Amino acid sequence: MTVPLTAKRPRLLRQGVRESSTRPADRPRGAWARRAPLLPALVFLIVVTQLPFLGTLGISFMRWNALDPDNRGFGGLANYRTALTDPTLRSSITTTVILTASVVLVSLLFGLGLALLLDRRFRGRGIVRTMLITPFLVVPVASALLWKHALYNASYGLINGTLTWIWSLFGSSDAPQFDWLSTNPLIAVEASLVWQWTPFMMLILLAGLQSRPLDIVEAARVDGAGTWQVFRHLTFPHLRRYLELASLLGSIYVVQNFDAVFTLTSGGLGTANLPYSVYQTFYQAHDYGLASAQGVIVVACSILIATFALRTVSSLFREETS
Amino acid sequence: MTSTTTTVPAGRPRRRTGPFRHRGSIWGLLAWVCGLLFFLPFGWMLLTSLHSEPAAATNPPDIGAGLTLQGFREFFGESTGVSPWPPLINSLTASIASTVLVLVLAVPAAYALSIKPVRKWTDVMFFFLSTKMLPAVAGLLPVYLIAQHAGLLDNIWLLVILYTSMNLPIAVWMMRSFLAEVPKEILEAASIDGAGLLTVLTRIVAPVAAPGIAATALISFIFSWNELLFARVLTGVVAGTAPVFLTGFVTSQGLFLAKVCAAAVCVSLPVLIAGFAAQDKLVQGLSLGAVK
Repeated sequence: MTVPLTAKRPRLLRQGVRESSTRPADRPRGAWARRAPLLPALVFLIVVTQLPFLGTLGISFMRWNALDPDNRGFGGLANYRTALTDPTLRSSITTTVILTASVVLVSLLFGLGLALLLDRRFRGRGIVRTMLITPFLVVPVASALLWKHALYNASYGLINGTLTWIWSLFGSSDAPQFDWLSTNPLIAVEASLVWQWTPFMMLILLAGLQSRPLDIVEAARVDGAGTWQVFRHLTFPHLRRYLELASLLGSIYVVQNFDAVFTLTSGGLGTANLPYSVYQTFYQAHDYGLASAQGVIVVACSILIATFALRTVSSLFREETS
Repeated sequence: MTSTTTTVPAGRPRRRTGPFRHRGSIWGLLAWVCGLLFFLPFGWMLLTSLHSEPAAATNPPDIGAGLTLQGFREFFGESTGVSPWPPLINSLTASIASTVLVLVLAVPAAYALSIKPVRKWTDVMFFFLSTKMLPAVAGLLPVYLIAQHAGLLDNIWLLVILYTSMNLPIAVWMMRSFLAEVPKEILEAASIDGAGLLTVLTRIVAPVAAPGIAATALISFIFSWNELLFARVLTGVVAGTAPVFLTGFVTSQGLFLAKVCAAAVCVSLPVLIAGFAAQDKLVQGLSLGAVK
C-alpha cells in the first residue's frame, strides 16, 4: 500500500494551511532528487520505443518498396487504402481478435481452476506446481515445434498415435487419423497457446489466492458460510484485481504473438495474425510503406484495446491511492 | 476444504478428519491429473528426444523403446558439423546483458516511484505500461533501417538494447511492488538517525527488495531468452539467437523428430532450470505492483 506523500499536499493548501518557509527553498532540490532516478528509464524507453514508432508513422505515408528503389516518394494515404481494402489484412485482424480473446479467456479459466486446486494442501503439491509451470518455461518456438511435429503430426504425432493405440485395445485397426493442423488450424494454434499461457495465468492467480487474508475466511466459516459462499463473496472479489491484471498482461503478450503462428502454420489457412502479416509484408514482400501502414493500423487497434484495458488498470490504482 | 462444523483453533495447522479428508484427497488427485496432463507434452518431448529416430516416429507411440543420446549428439552437430553453441552463447549474452541493464534502469525508477513517490506517479506507471502495448512490429522497420545505416545489423548488442526496452516496463512494475513493502517508518527513522542514502539503500532497502530483484531478473531473462521476432529480423549468421536457430527445424520432416525434440529441450533448459529453482519468487513476482 503506497500512499503518495504528495497526495496530501493539495488538501493542506486548500484548507489554507500554508507550509512554512522550509518548503520553497527545499522543494526544487527535493523534487529533482526524487525525479532523477526515474529519468534514465524514462528517457531510454522513449528513445527506444516511441521514436521508432514515429519513424513507422512517417514511412507509412511513403511509396517505398525495397525491391523498387527508384520509385520512392510521398504516397499520401495510398498505403492505408491498400492495407484496408486488402482482404488478407482484414482477415488477419479478425484472426488476431479471435485468437487473443479465446486464448486469454480459456487460459484464464484453466488458470483459475488450477490455482484453486493448488491453493489446497495435498501430498506432492510442490511437484504438481512444478509440472504445471513447465509449459510457461519452454521456449515458445520449441513448444510450437513440439506441437507441430511431436503432437499434431498426422502420421506419427502423439495425438493420432494415442487414437491408434486406444482403437487397437478394442481390436480395431482403423482409428480415425486427423491432420490436426490442416483440418482446424486456428484451433490447433489456440490449443498450443492455451497450454503455454495457462501457467502464467495460474501463477498470477495463485499469488492472489495466497495473499488472501485468511482470518476473514476463517471468520466467515465460523459464521456458517459454505465453500461456495466464501468463494463468491470473499475469494472472488479479492481475486478480481488479479484476474484483471492476468487478462491485461495475457492480452498484451498474446496479441503480439508471432512464434506460434510462424512455426505452426506459417500464417497459412487463415491463421495469419497482424504481427505475422506485418512481418510478411516487410520481410518477404519488402514493401516498407505498406508494412508501416499495417503497423500503424495494428497500433490503432491496440490503442482501442489499451484504452479499455487501462481503464481496468486504473481501477487497480484507484483502490490504492484512495 | 475445511468444513463449517469442524472449526480448528487459530494458529494450529488445519487437520482434516472424517469424510472431509476424503474429499480433500479427491481434489488432490484432480490436481495431480491436471499437473500430469499439462506436463505430458513436455514429458513426451523429453522421451522422444531420447529415442532413436525410427522409434520416435512410430504410430502407435513406442513408449518402451530403448533410450539413446543420438538425438542430442545430432543436435550438437555430430554428423552435420553445425554447432548450436554460437546461437546459445548469443542468447545467453543478450539475455544476461539486457537483464542487468533492465535492473540498472528499473531499480532506481521503481525506487523513485514507490519509496519517494513523484507527483503524478500513476501517470508515469501508465506510460511505462503503455509502451508495452505498442506492438513490437510497429517499430521494427525504423529500427531495422537505423541499424542498417549504423552497421548494427546482425549485432547482438542491438538485441540487448531492444530486449531491455521490452522488459523494462514490466520490471518497473514488479520492482515497485517489492519496494513499496519497505515500511516508510523505518526509512524515516533511519534518515532521522543520520543515515545517508547509500546506507539506507544497502542496509534497509536491499534486504527487503532482494527477492523482488531476483524475480524481476528471472522474468526479464525468460522473455529475452524466448524472443523471436526481433532476433529473426535483425540478426543473421553471426548474432542469431537460440530461438532463431530453432526455426531452422520448422520444416524438417519426420526422420529428424528426435533431433528436433533434443534441440527444443536443450534450448529450453536454461529457462527451465532457472524457473524451477525460483518458482516461489515467480509466484510472488507475478502478482506485480498493481495489486500489492
